[in-house]
Amino acid sequence: MLMMTLKRLMMAVPSLIGVVIVTFLLTRALPGDPAAYFAGPAANAASIANIRTTLGLDRPLPEQFVYYVNDLLHGNLGHSLTTGQPVLTDLIERLPASLELSGFALLFAVGVAIPLGVWAATRVNGPVDHACRALVTISAAFPTFFIGLLFVYVFYFLLGWAPEPLGRLNEIVFSAPPRVTGAYTIDALIVGDWRVFRAALAQLVLPAVSLGLFALAPIARITRAAMLEALGSDFVRTARASGLPAGKILIIYAFRNVLLPVSSVLGMVFSFLLGSNVLIEQVFGWQGVGAYAVSAVIASDYAAVQGFVLMMAILYVLLNLAVDIFATLIDPRVRFEG
Amino acid sequence: MAQLEIDNLSVEFRTRHGVVRALESVTLSVARGEIVGVVGESGSGKSVTAYTVMGLNDEAAEITSGRITMGGIDLLAARPEALRELRGREMAMIFQSPRTALNPIRKVGKQIEDVLLEHANLPRRNLKKAAIAALARVRIPDPERRAEAYPFELSGGMCQRVMIAMALACTPSVLIADEPTTGLDVTTQAVIMDLIRDMSRSTRMSTLLITHDLGLAGEYCDRIAVMHAGHIVEIAATETLLDHPAHPYTRQLLAATPVPDSRLYSLTSIPGQLPDLRSALPPCRFSGRCERHQPICDERELPWAQLSPAHIVRCRFPL
Amino acid sequence: MSLIVLARNTGYAFGENRLTLAAAVILALLALCALFGPSLAPFDPLTTAAAAKLAPPSTLHPFGTDALGRDILSRVIVAARLDLGMAISAVALSFLVGLALGSLAGYFGGWTDRIVGRVMDTIMAFPLFVLAMGIVVALGNSVLNIIIATMIINLPFYCRFARSAVNVRRDLGYVEAARMGGNGSLMVLLNHIVPNILPPMMVQASLNMGWAILNAAGLSFIGLGVRPPTPEWGIMVSEGASYIISGEWWAFMFPGAALVLAVFCFNMLGDGLRDLLDPRKRV
Repeated sequence: MLMMTLKRLMMAVPSLIGVVIVTFLLTRALPGDPAAYFAGPAANAASIANIRTTLGLDRPLPEQFVYYVNDLLHGNLGHSLTTGQPVLTDLIERLPASLELSGFALLFAVGVAIPLGVWAATRVNGPVDHACRALVTISAAFPTFFIGLLFVYVFYFLLGWAPEPLGRLNEIVFSAPPRVTGAYTIDALIVGDWRVFRAALAQLVLPAVSLGLFALAPIARITRAAMLEALGSDFVRTARASGLPAGKILIIYAFRNVLLPVSSVLGMVFSFLLGSNVLIEQVFGWQGVGAYAVSAVIASDYAAVQGFVLMMAILYVLLNLAVDIFATLIDPRVRFEG
Repeated sequence: MAQLEIDNLSVEFRTRHGVVRALESVTLSVARGEIVGVVGESGSGKSVTAYTVMGLNDEAAEITSGRITMGGIDLLAARPEALRELRGREMAMIFQSPRTALNPIRKVGKQIEDVLLEHANLPRRNLKKAAIAALARVRIPDPERRAEAYPFELSGGMCQRVMIAMALACTPSVLIADEPTTGLDVTTQAVIMDLIRDMSRSTRMSTLLITHDLGLAGEYCDRIAVMHAGHIVEIAATETLLDHPAHPYTRQLLAATPVPDSRLYSLTSIPGQLPDLRSALPPCRFSGRCERHQPICDERELPWAQLSPAHIVRCRFPL
Repeated sequence: MSLIVLARNTGYAFGENRLTLAAAVILALLALCALFGPSLAPFDPLTTAAAAKLAPPSTLHPFGTDALGRDILSRVIVAARLDLGMAISAVALSFLVGLALGSLAGYFGGWTDRIVGRVMDTIMAFPLFVLAMGIVVALGNSVLNIIIATMIINLPFYCRFARSAVNVRRDLGYVEAARMGGNGSLMVLLNHIVPNILPPMMVQASLNMGWAILNAAGLSFIGLGVRPPTPEWGIMVSEGASYIISGEWWAFMFPGAALVLAVFCFNMLGDGLRDLLDPRKRV
């Protein structure tokens, strides 16, 4: 078990190396003068020259790469032009907000898509099946930012059900709970502050659902397909011939065989969630790393943008690693393939 | 006394392309401790018969007539829940391609325990031992270790033994074996068939062996029923069938089956194809391919001819 | 597959599936907008009219006007050129480069395969939209760079498909025969294998178009690539977003709906093409 985890970890290393190389190239192999980019639009020739020597941009590329990796290992991602703080500090401050949002979005997507897919497969061509297929097809066509805006219009402006989309918490009425994890909902629960918990949750609903809706499609689709295949398989037929109860057949025989195909789709789902996070944070004024990256983009704050890219990439590699390890747990055949 | 009786069974399937009359007036019985073979080409209705007995047909199937009784219980009139309780306990089925017929991500011992949990009255802590005992009964070496294995770690023959262990775990009175050795190598075939025969004899279990291999049926069955296009065309004791076949189809089947000193040129194939079961069919479904065909064969209801107490044939002009 | 058989099958596929036909028709209309946008638009998409700002939909302005008084219908029509153009260029480039790299990797194996594989794995190690953001920021904020970024993030998709398709066919009978006929490897690849894998790859391309459109629109939504006053659906949604909470819904709704329509139709078309080529793949 441990050996396998280590092996999977080893397999993630080349990805991490690749990510570091690419982000290095993105920050150094820019057309024009990298130093000018890092100095910012308001810099003059002297400060540009200063930045050039400080960041070592006048050295040959391989040497720069060594410094770059060294900086990374020391947690140095440069300084943000807009906030003036180290980029790493900015990112760490805002990361929990994004994780909270993506986490709830994933919970929503999985919590709706899997039961829907299972239900659709057990009643093929029934109304639920048709609804499932329609939902999958339609939600795959909506840009995430548009869904977010549409929801704001319908649920906030027209129906008044949702609170004003001004971010994680209405800071005028409520105060953020003391920071333990950085996620307002969890932190509020930890101190037992129900008012703040409900308020934070209310702010979360619309953005999490908008973000999760697009992820719903591939998960529901694969759940339905894998469930159909499992239900029609030889081993389910054997289970029926053995007179096993319907519930056991559905869950232990059919559904457990669906977990592997679903987890294989999770990689793509995470890629989408981490990317579209940016768009949803923009729409809902969510104070996470995505919104940070967008304002950095607009302000041409290069260090901040590239720090964001690197962090998201590392997070993604780790998430994929987790999915890989999960796959070995649920399917013994995967363990043997190495 | 017959343990399993199928009487005048007709089954239809409603499909998008029409109604398929898969079985018509199928009558067959299996006594206690008897092994009856059901042979025929692919598509002759052998598996449909088996599935209908077990109640495993899908929703498109409709039983238009007939009765199936097992140990006196009317299977077709039984409620689905009652039928489910009988499956695995009183009647069991084993299938072709044993590797895919077992749950790939569940240990084989656990799969046997699932059956025992449902049907045998055993306290939970004894389930594992009982499962290992079931594996030992089918002569799997080192059953404690094998019980912890997954199907993909076992050979085809081993998997088939596991399936037999599962099927026989609660000593059912009826076993249906649907092509249990197809796809296995010849040596393993013999081992598996010997096992099935031994277990049938020792527990006085009624066994229905479905196969397209006439040679296999000849070696292991007491009686053989020949099916063609959803009809039973002949039933006889094995020796009688092999030496004195009465139905033209049976004779052609035998002629097409290679024996050790066959020559390639002496093998014949049966002309024509199975008729389309969706279209209007003549009373004798073999008439399109039969060399003894007469116009009267297409006109009236096909009779059963009792050639001897144990030998019946469904033909107007038996051999 | 002969052209006649293909045409007949297309007729069947479209006839059987009204939705696919409808999708194709709508896409044709959008293509018309892309090609002849400026001539089709009732108003000049760039002319501002402060007096008419944020007017709701009416007979004069069926889609209403935006914050600068510009006619939204005209802007949506003209924007088709940029949105579809960016996506089609990116997909076409990805397709060609991916086809080339994937075929070479799949056919020759060895180091070619390993290097191409590593590059593709590295691209896939990033959340793709985030990588696109990084590329556009690094290369410079322009439409061309949006196309390049979208091309890069779509590359693994085509490359891997081509690679496995070529790999499967490499040892088939007809390829063996071509090799034994004395054809060099590259000739075998080009003349025999590639034409064979083009149809399924085209299906992949049409399924991919919708995603490419969403990506490009997402990038422009956050301010990359397209700059005002250029009409483009993503940036129009972004411009209209601030007016939702005051109830002026038409500014973001219509360009957004155009996006949904385009992506939906491409997805339907892709599904239809896939069914045409292999009904067994239907899921």
